[in-house]
Order: sequence, then C-alpha cells, then structure tokens
Amino acid sequence: MATLTQEVAPEPVETPPTKRWTNRTRWLTLGGVVAVWVVLGLLLQGRNTQDLPVSQLTDFQEWLNTLRNSIEQAKFDNNPFFLPIDWISEAISWVVDQLQQLFVSDSSRPMSVAIVGWAGVVALAVWVGYALAGLRIAALVAVSMLAFGYLGYWDESIDTLIITGVSVAVCVAIGLPLGIWMSRSAKATTAIEPVLDVMQTMPAFAYLGPLVLLFGIGNPGTVVATTIYALPPLVRISAHGLRSVSPTTLEATTAMGSTSRQLMSKVQLPMARRTIIVGLNQTIMAALSMAVITAFIGGPGLGNPVIRALGSLNVGVAFVAGMCIVIMAIMLDRTTVQAGERSELAGRGRSDVRLRRGILAAAGAAALVVVYMSNTKLQWSVFPDSELGRRVTNWVNTAVGNFVDTFGQATRWVADTTTNLLLNPLQDLLANSPWWLVAGAILAIAALLGGAGKAPGARLLAAVALCAVAVVGAGVWANGSVSAAWWLYWGALVVVVAAARSLGAGAALVPTTVCLMLLFGVGLWNDSMVTLAMTLVATLIVMVLGVSIGVWMGRSRRADAAIRPFLDGLQTMPALVYLVPALALFPPGRFLAIAAAVLYASPVAIKIAADGIRGVSPTTVEAARAAGSSRWQMIGKVQLPMSRSSMVLSANQGLLFVLSMVVIGGLVGGGGLGFLVINGFSQREDFGKGLAAGIAITALGVMLDRITRHTAARYGRAETA
Amino acid sequence: MVSRTRRTGRMVALAAAIGLSLAACGGSSIGGGGDAGNTAASDCGAFNIAINPWVGYEASAYVVGEVAAKQLGCDVTYKDLKEEIAWQGMGTGEVDVVIENWGHDDLKAEYIDKQGTVVDVGPNGNVGVIGWYVPPWLAAENPDITDWKNLNKYASNFSTPESGGKGQLLDGDPSFVTNDEALVTNLKLDYQVVYAGSEAALIQSFRQAEKNKEWVIGYFYEPQWFLSEVPLVKVDLPPWTEGCDADPATVACDYPEYILDKIASADFMSSGSPAADLVTNFTWTNDDQNSVALAISKDGMSPEDAAQQWIDANQDKVDVWLQGG
Repeated sequence: MATLTQEVAPEPVETPPTKRWTNRTRWLTLGGVVAVWVVLGLLLQGRNTQDLPVSQLTDFQEWLNTLRNSIEQAKFDNNPFFLPIDWISEAISWVVDQLQQLFVSDSSRPMSVAIVGWAGVVALAVWVGYALAGLRIAALVAVSMLAFGYLGYWDESIDTLIITGVSVAVCVAIGLPLGIWMSRSAKATTAIEPVLDVMQTMPAFAYLGPLVLLFGIGNPGTVVATTIYALPPLVRISAHGLRSVSPTTLEATTAMGSTSRQLMSKVQLPMARRTIIVGLNQTIMAALSMAVITAFIGGPGLGNPVIRALGSLNVGVAFVAGMCIVIMAIMLDRTTVQAGERSELAGRGRSDVRLRRGILAAAGAAALVVVYMSNTKLQWSVFPDSELGRRVTNWVNTAVGNFVDTFGQATRWVADTTTNLLLNPLQDLLANSPWWLVAGAILAIAALLGGAGKAPGARLLAAVALCAVAVVGAGVWANGSVSAAWWLYWGALVVVVAAARSLGAGAALVPTTVCLMLLFGVGLWNDSMVTLAMTLVATLIVMVLGVSIGVWMGRSRRADAAIRPFLDGLQTMPALVYLVPALALFPPGRFLAIAAAVLYASPVAIKIAADGIRGVSPTTVEAARAAGSSRWQMIGKVQLPMSRSSMVLSANQGLLFVLSMVVIGGLVGGGGLGFLVINGFSQREDFGKGLAAGIAITALGVMLDRITRHTAARYGRAETA
Repeated sequence: MVSRTRRTGRMVALAAAIGLSLAACGGSSIGGGGDAGNTAASDCGAFNIAINPWVGYEASAYVVGEVAAKQLGCDVTYKDLKEEIAWQGMGTGEVDVVIENWGHDDLKAEYIDKQGTVVDVGPNGNVGVIGWYVPPWLAAENPDITDWKNLNKYASNFSTPESGGKGQLLDGDPSFVTNDEALVTNLKLDYQVVYAGSEAALIQSFRQAEKNKEWVIGYFYEPQWFLSEVPLVKVDLPPWTEGCDADPATVACDYPEYILDKIASADFMSSGSPAADLVTNFTWTNDDQNSVALAISKDGMSPEDAAQQWIDANQDKVDVWLQGG
C-alpha cells in the first residue's frame, strides 16, 4: 500500500493546468509511471490479482442469480407486475406473425406459402422505393431484392426485413416523442442521455439473457433487443435537429400566435425533417446490425445461417448470408438518404405534382396486379431455386481452403508470436499484477493523458456514479465481507480525485475512478484486465493499419477511391460474420478474437485517419513542399502532427469497436469478460456472473471512451494553439 | 402544404395496396391444397424443433422433422438454439421439442418439477458419453496418458500460448454440458481450459492433431460420427458414482453415462398433434444417428437430404414410430 500512495496520489493532485506542463515533462512523467508499473508488476507477479475461477461466483453474482430466480418465479405465478410485459410480448408476436404470414413462405414445405409471393413483394418494395425516393432507388431496390432470392436466402431476408421494420417502427413510436421532449427540456436531456449512453455501450449479449427472461425467446425478445440497440441514434439526432431549428423562425411563428403544439407540428417537425430522417437512417442501420446476434435467442432471419456457419466452420455460408445483410444495408441506407433529400426538395414545392401522382397510381396498380398474380401462380410465389448462392458458397470455401492449406502454418505462427511477444506480457502487466497497482497506474495515465479540461460527460458521470454506488452497495450488502483495505484504498482515491477535481484537473479522472470501482465491485477485476489487454493489443494493430492506410488514402485520391468501397462493405458486415474466416485461419483463443476485432474495427479507424490527413490545410502542405520537404518528412513532420486530433479520435472509435467485438470473441475461446457474458447467457448457474461481466464491459467501454475523448479534446486544443 | 397532401395520398395508396393484397388472399391461394405425403393428415399444425449446436443432434432432429413434415403433413420449423435457451422457449410455445437432452437436472427441476411447463418424454435410444479424449497417435506412443493421474506429467507438452504455461484442455461450445473447469481445479491438474467454441472447431483441432502428430487433449463425446474417421482415445477420470457430481463446484469424478432423453413442451404433448405421438415413439441407436451425422458432415449433404436418405432406407423403423410401436 505504501508504494501505492507514492505512485498514484501525487499525480492527480499535482496535475496543474496544461500550460505549466510542457509536453516533455508530461511524456517523461508518463514514462515514469509506466516504468514504476512494470518494475513493481514484475516484482509482485501473481499477487492480489483478484482471480476468480470460472466455476466460482461472488456473493454479488449469486445475488443476481437469486434475483433472476425470483423474477422467473414471479412471472410463473402471474404476478400482475409482469402483465404489461406479457401484453407487449403478445402484441409484438401478433404483428410479426401477421407480417410473416403475409410475406414469408417456408420454401422447404409445400404447406405454408406466403399470401404475397416473392414477385408481389418485389413489386411492392420497388413501388415504395419509387414513391419515397425516385426511379434510381426503385431500380436499386429491385436489384437488391432479387439478389436476396438468387443468393438463396429469400425467406430469411424477408424475415430480417420484417423484424427490422417492426423494430424501427417501435423506435419511431418511442424515439420521436422522447426526442421532442429532450429538445424542449434540459432536465429531460440530463435524465435520458446517460441511459442512451449505456444502451449503446452495453454489449447486446449481456442483455439478451435478461430479455429472454422477461419477453421469452423468438420474435418478442428479438424485437425488444433490436429496439434497445437501435433507439439511441433516433432520439439523439431528432432532439438535435429540433433544437437547431432557427430561433428567428420560431420567434416569428410565436409572434403570430402559434400555440406550442402548432409550433411543433407545423414548424419544428417539418423544418427538422431532414435531420430526423438522418436519425432514422442510423436507427435502421443499427437495427440491421442486430440481425445476427438475435438469432441466438431464436430470432428469425439471416442471423440463423450465420450462426449455423459459425458452428460448422462454413465460411462460404457466412459470407453469402453476410452479403445479403450488406446488400440490405445499402438498399435501406440509400433509400432513406434519398428520401430525406427529396422530402426537402418537395418541401420547397418543386416538380409537377399531378404528373407524378399519375405515374405513382399507374405503377401502384401494376404492382397490385403483380401482387395478385403472385398469390395465384406458383412460379411467382416461391422464389425459384437458384444455383448462384451455392456456387458462391463453394467458391469461397474452396478459396479459403486453399488459403489455409498454403498459409495455415504462417497464420498460426503470427498468432503464436503475437500472443507470446505482445499479448501475454501485456496481460501479465494488467491482469497478473496486484489490482491496486494496476488501478493506480491506469488512473495516473488517465490523468496525464486526458487530465485537464471541462468534462462534457458530467451528466453521464453522475449517472454512472449513482449506478456504481448502487451496484457496489448491493455487492457489499450481499457480500458483507469486504476487507478494510478495500475501503481504505477506494476511499483515499475518491478523496484524491475530489481534491484534484476541485483544483480544476482531472476531467478523465472521475469517470476512470468510477469505472475501475465498478470493475472491482462486480467481482471481475481479473477478467476485466484480461479483456483490457486483448482490447489494447487489437487497438494497437488497428491503429497501425489505420494510420498507414489512412495516410495512403489521405494522400492519394486514387487509393481512396479504390479502397473506400471495401471499407464501406466491411463496415456493414455484422460483427459475427468476421469470426468465421478468423476461425479458419487461427487456432481458438484470444488472438482469434483479436483478429476478428481488427477486421471489424479497422474500417472506421482508417476512414477517420484518412479524413484527418485530407483535412490538413492545403496551404500548409504547399508551403512545406515549397520548403523542400521529402515525402516522409511531409508525412512525419506536417501531415501526421497536424491531424493529431483525428488520429486520437480514430483510436477512440477503434477502441470501442474492438471492445464490442472482443465480447463476441468469447464464443471462440477469447476468454475474459466476453466468455463470461456468453457463458452467462448459456449456462443457468452462471447467469449472475454473465450479467456482472456485461456491467464490467460497459464500465470498461465508458472508461476507455472518456480517456481517449479527453485526450482528443486536449490535442485538438494544442493544435489550434 | 403541397407535399403534405401528396404524402397523404401516397400513404392512402400504400394502405390500399396492402389492403388489396390482403383481400387477394381471400381467393384461391396455392398452398391450401397440400399434396404432401401419403398419410397426409394435414391437421398436424406447427411443429417447432430446437436444433442444438452439434451434428448428432441435428441428425435426430431432422429425421423426426422430415417424418413429421412429409408423412404427417406438419408445418415444421427448425430453430437453431443453445440448450438452455431452447428449454426457456418451451415455456412460451416457441419450441415444442428438444430431441436429445443431456442430463440438465437443474433445468428439469425448474421447468418440469416446479413450473410444469415441460415434460420428459423418455429416452431417445441414444447413450451419451462425455469425457476427455486424445488423438490415437498420442495414446499409442504414450499409453499411460489415458490415466488422469499421469496428466500432470504431460502438461507441458499440451501447453499453448493460450494456456498460460499450463497444459491446454480444449473445450467445445460454452453452452455444452461441462464440469471441466471445476475438474481441473479439484483434481489439481496443471491445465487451463480453452474454449474452441463449437463442435466443428473441436473436430478440426483433433483432425489436425492426428495428421501432424500434435499434442491435443480435449472435451469430446459420443455418439459422434467423427470417431469413425479418427478413433480418439478416452482418458479415464476418477470413476463416476451416484451423486459425485451433484455440486458443480466440488465435482472430481468422470461424467456419468447419459441416457439421452426427449424433452417437450407440456402444452404440445397434450395438444393431440400426431407429431407428439411421433416424438413419444421416436427411438434409435447411436449407429443410426452416426450414419446420418456422417452424411451431413462428411458428405456435405443438407440435413434434410441426409435425414430423408435414412428415412427411405429405414421406412420400417419409421412405421413403428408412426404406428405407436
């Protein structure tokens, strides 16, 4: 403990405002902290690591299990408290069932044929695309819908569309009023924002278990899970859109005597329409990205072939089903974007209304004829068998097989070397060193990197702090045997942090402290550190890729044009799809999870980095060139330093994407929190531990986000200074 | 205002389109007739079978499912679900049957004894074995490895970058029935459990280990088609005795022999569906299951086709199930 106070306590207190600290001293101190950490870590290896064997649960985790059992019991006893939940389940089931009967047939059975056959669905979809977004989008919709059929996943695709559609409808019904409320009341914003943050950071796997408990498996659980994940962007963006309607306009309308209801429906909503559609677009994309994960709780659609492929190591099937999701994402994205632009044009009273209405009516009539035909003619009803999907599947499998045969040894070597040289030492430092040392070091680093500045997330902090108090309190209450040292340590930290805060330092410090306490409080310190080590290694690789490819793309328009479509495609692939090829290339374990995470997170990091490089003022670049900079000087001395804040932002996004993938890596031997979340979802007696792991991942995510975000804010300022 | 009326018009048209298409279904529709199968009692209705993630299970489920679909005219849905999730689904009617259940006494206590939403429909004829296996070359070169007491001697050979200096014990899907973490601790073995994630990943590891003479020890089970390709050798753990595995935290004995049974939703079994009788009467041997599983895994047949192939060759057995055996 003595070492601890020496090491940690001085840092936060002595972090004065930025100006007095030169960059040099800051980096030296940082190096010093790391050096102390490494030396002490080596000396004290394996002590106080808070390691918790998998089959063992802390009292807090047991308490969550008990909670689960009592909820199950109460539900079974028809406790009136759960009646509304049953109503919601039944309502969702009913709606989805109706839509499925209308549009989805089960092609393997002669008995169940959809009321509207494939041709009818295509015709309706094309018509809707035309009505909302014009001729080009109608063509895109037609091609996309046909692709689902020809790739062999017609029914699954329609199922996914239905689930996405219903979930998005629920999101609109809940999200728009919330957005309106938030745009009008600062209090509402303070209350709702942190909840949205948690909804976005909490890994979906962590809440699947509790949702199944409440809503059951199948369609209701699926729609609720999708809604939870997809709701935040719509609420946030529509609130933002409504808030930014020009105050002059509002004043003018109020002056003319509009009531507040009129103001909202006649002025604010129409004027913010385009922004709201952007939010809707984001929500649709988020809903679609849940399509695979919800297959774990019996959700219908394209997720099922993907998880089956994961179980049977069939890269081809995962690829083809993943492609369907990508195509669907492109289709929905372009349609909403285009619809948004049109709605604005239409608002300005463009185009010949009568002519358009005529064409629409004619097209609609044609579509209805096709719908009728699809109900009566078999060829128009069940999508004809196509070889295309199978051929692509086989082709991909052969290609991957050849690749593995040729490079299998090499990829294994890469995995083993990275694990031995990078991952294991880092894990020793984080997970196998005493917890108090690691906690202290992380706090010190957080303070040094993201220390000063006003916290933009103060409201979140308040909420997280409250949660922390609640959770740790519950843990202690259930535990009763927390050592005095524990309290002393955290007590001292809180005092130190509060002191630092009052001195105007430590914007990143408070969230970091709270999050670290949370990791400890839920009893999963060691597993959290294992996950953190994986996350950091993966992020490092992502950043190497991000900066190098980003610089290339930022400097060459041609490279950008060639690479960007690939990145877009990679970004829309659902996370789970990445596991399948990674499984073929690497032995099960942490590196496999890291590889999948790198694939998943790189596109975002690369794009942000490329935009940063491109954003460097051309005048500066020109001047540097005139001064005779070589290419590497230009990159190293001008472009990279000038786009520092973009690089940090790229690291921030990379980290968060990596973290969400590391959870999924628990499915393939990734260990750490990810494994616990998955395990808690699939083994009854580990439910509590899984939920605790979900809380821990959320805390880890918030912590990493705050540290990098504050660091970015700092560097952003340094740049302008 | 222009855009507003137009949008309303558009919505009306959309509503009309959907309304019309709904009306269209009132007329003749294709699926109604149903020329399905010979017995064709089309009052079977929906039949939802859970598919747990291993091929042997898939074999049993698809054979029952294809018989129900083709010979009883049921509307069969296969749902890919992990074991526990499938149990939860039986309470709400999302799942009708789990065709191959491995023990799960805790779930039986909750859903069968306490809630009564699930019933045990009896053994499906398969006998299950769970244990630790090594590739045959390893057992041939080191015969004493099949005794658990010698495992620590070999721990360093099984070490990988993933196992933190200990030996690596490879497990399957985290949702599989396993005591391995507790066994390692309680038998004081110098091993670390690493999850491969799926049956296919386990098989891939064992296959490579045999081919390249690598050291691999892992969780595996029978009935299992792969044992006909690579006859893995089982390691003997301290013998199982009644109740020795009652507490998951202190278990230090081998897995019991599992009499695999069929579990079904109580509502489904009392619904009078002919599929319920099929489930009650269904029983087959490990060899039967392995032959279908082999066709799915090795020959790459679709589960439907593999099941149908077995059904065609064994209609006599199927008839016994259908006639109430």
